Amino acid sequence: MHEKEKDLIDAFLRGQVDRRGLIKGLGAMGLAASTAGTLLNFGQTRALAADFDWQAHKGKTIKLLLNKHPYADAMIANLDNFKQLTGMNVVYDVFPEDVYFDKVTAALSASSPEYDAFMTGAYMTWTYGPAGWITDLNEWIKDPAKTNPKYAWDDFLPGVRKSCAWNGQPGGVLGSDDAKQWCIPWGFEQNNITYNKGMFDKVGVSVPGNMDEMVATAAKLTKDVGGGVYGIGVRGSRSWATIHPGFLSAYANFDQKDLNVSADGKLSAAMSTAESKAFHKQWVQMIQESGPKDWSTYTWYQVGTDLGAGASAMIYDADILGYFMNGGDNKMAGKLAFAAFKANPAAKAPTPNIWIWSLSMSNFSKDKDATWYFMQWASGPEHALFGATKMDFVNPVRQSVWNDQMFRDKLNKSYPGYVEMFDVSAPGASIKFTPQPLFFDLTTEWAATLQKMVAKEVPVDEGLDKLAESINGQLKEAGLG
Amino acid sequence: MTAATIQRNRPSGFRISKRVLPYLLSLPALLVCIGILIPFLTSVVYSFQRYRLSQPWARQFNWGDNYISFFTDPKFWNTLEISLLYAGITVVLELLLGLGIAMLLQKRSTLNNFISIMLLMPLMTAPALAALMWKLMTNPGFGVLSYLASLIGLQDFRWASSPSTALLTVVLVDIWVYTPFIMILLLAGLRSLPTQPFEAAALDGVPRSFVFFRITLPMLTPYILTATLFRLLDSIQQFDIIYAMTQGGPGDTLTVFQVEAYLNFFQSTNVGRSAALMIILWAITYFLSNIFIKNWLRLRERARGHA
Repeated sequence: MHEKEKDLIDAFLRGQVDRRGLIKGLGAMGLAASTAGTLLNFGQTRALAADFDWQAHKGKTIKLLLNKHPYADAMIANLDNFKQLTGMNVVYDVFPEDVYFDKVTAALSASSPEYDAFMTGAYMTWTYGPAGWITDLNEWIKDPAKTNPKYAWDDFLPGVRKSCAWNGQPGGVLGSDDAKQWCIPWGFEQNNITYNKGMFDKVGVSVPGNMDEMVATAAKLTKDVGGGVYGIGVRGSRSWATIHPGFLSAYANFDQKDLNVSADGKLSAAMSTAESKAFHKQWVQMIQESGPKDWSTYTWYQVGTDLGAGASAMIYDADILGYFMNGGDNKMAGKLAFAAFKANPAAKAPTPNIWIWSLSMSNFSKDKDATWYFMQWASGPEHALFGATKMDFVNPVRQSVWNDQMFRDKLNKSYPGYVEMFDVSAPGASIKFTPQPLFFDLTTEWAATLQKMVAKEVPVDEGLDKLAESINGQLKEAGLG
Repeated sequence: MTAATIQRNRPSGFRISKRVLPYLLSLPALLVCIGILIPFLTSVVYSFQRYRLSQPWARQFNWGDNYISFFTDPKFWNTLEISLLYAGITVVLELLLGLGIAMLLQKRSTLNNFISIMLLMPLMTAPALAALMWKLMTNPGFGVLSYLASLIGLQDFRWASSPSTALLTVVLVDIWVYTPFIMILLLAGLRSLPTQPFEAAALDGVPRSFVFFRITLPMLTPYILTATLFRLLDSIQQFDIIYAMTQGGPGDTLTVFQVEAYLNFFQSTNVGRSAALMIILWAITYFLSNIFIKNWLRLRERARGHA
């Protein structure tokens, strides 16, 4: 690296030049943006090494279990920097999402030391944590000898960080003072609206502002857009994954809960209230009138690809699903827009439930200290900024990345409305489920009940009463109710 | 060369006594048996426990509670009913179709041989992949089968996404994948039947239906029983097709044994309930295979003239 370029990068790292000035300066020296980015990343790696002994585990190898995902792709693209920084080696297995969690469960339940760290969702840690399969990461985060002083734990968005921490008590508050940090947030999804602007303009409808409007808008789009296009894409498969995106986000906006927690810590079903029944009726009606015909088989994949292919006019699902459908080779790339959604007209702000792709450390790892070195690098501010600006690492979990003007400019240029949507919904974004070890049993049954309601096998009121009865039985049987 | 020389040239070293040899020869079978029995017995033990991986502190023997909770749960009886129904429908239809196709291809010719090889193609497809192919073909937006259904007036046919047609859809996939298996077994059986009875019947001018019901079918019965047994055991344990297409839904429409056991273990980490379901399924398959094997042995004895 030439001295001038090195000095400029060092000035940036000292905070004397802002990011825009840095890129501009490097450009003036004849460097393309991509080369400038690489140099910057290199410089950041050097800066990282300045205040912390990154070489403490030099020569060691750790193994990761990864889900095929843009977050994993961004990490792999930047992995050489980690190897250079630490002298460590990292090997990994990548599995598609369809089989990924089975692989994780199989490896962990067998107490296998094969993988040191792995990608997971926060909901999964409600099983893995109590089972003793994963490690409470507070031990490392709070140890200045093992954690880089520039790691900036407080930089993580509070709602997201807390959502990965649980004290292990069924019904316990996420992020409580006695909570164990089961995972480190890596990237997350809020559930909002992504819509096809051209279709909305053609039919003359505006973005729905509450649940009533969403039902009506979706019906009008289904009726008037033509060409077999349907109004609203939401998930419908017989899985917990049907409950957690748009459905729970809207449900929570009406102040409804999945479970009640009594003063003595006992849990009971909370979905058979009058308000819950009214909401379910609206949701079911919306799917019957304006959802995909084979809704009961819909996972995130079908919801996303239909929007990207122009087969649906709007989705109420993960915002990053809309992000990815607005790019690449998708037919509707560049034609999608984003909006935060507040289902309840009386609510002050949206309350999206969130899915968090996180990193957890296996309790069976043979070298936890070395594993933590990788985890703090992969969730550190430098890699987060690299992923967000150079790769498709949305949504980042660090406030500093969201404050980065270049990142915001990148989103504003190619994904108009995305940043505004994020800013509006982020304050209310958190996990809306009650943490407890029967999470997957109860949510899968909830999804099956929704399917029965949509198929008119059971009326909504009766279906919810039966669901609540069944859930209460299961909670009692497990000693939780 | 003398006898003494021969004695000297025989390889010396390890000699196995005649008493040990039978045990040694059966050792591999014994090892395989142990390899099967250990997980089986472990499952039996688990099935009598309250054992959820997410609540390791609550693990304890609850003896028959898992079984009692199943037998008193309407969802379990739905699982039993749908598993038996699925197995019954697929086996009967595949048997009828497989027999029909085998009879059409019975005569040896280049064309028939070619067709029989082509018909084996679905059998070479992984069932989960076949299910995904059918999922695409039945897509209401662009699926070719949805299009064909619309041509005969079924404009809004929901295939696997409707409770009323989900069973039909997965049965169709099963038939598409596994009919060739029955066809090839029965074709081998048909081609190996002795020709004399058929020649005699032809000389006597016996009607074809009589030949089929009184000669072909009785002689083919051992093959039919074998094919049925294999398919029945496989069908009642069906997982791939149903899970890939519907995950057991819509609602509880297709929650067959394997799907329930899979969800209980991998999603709920409820080892006790999952093991109990598997043991019940084992008992059903053991019972069914016993019936078939006894009948098969009886027919074989009859064919040998011992009955």
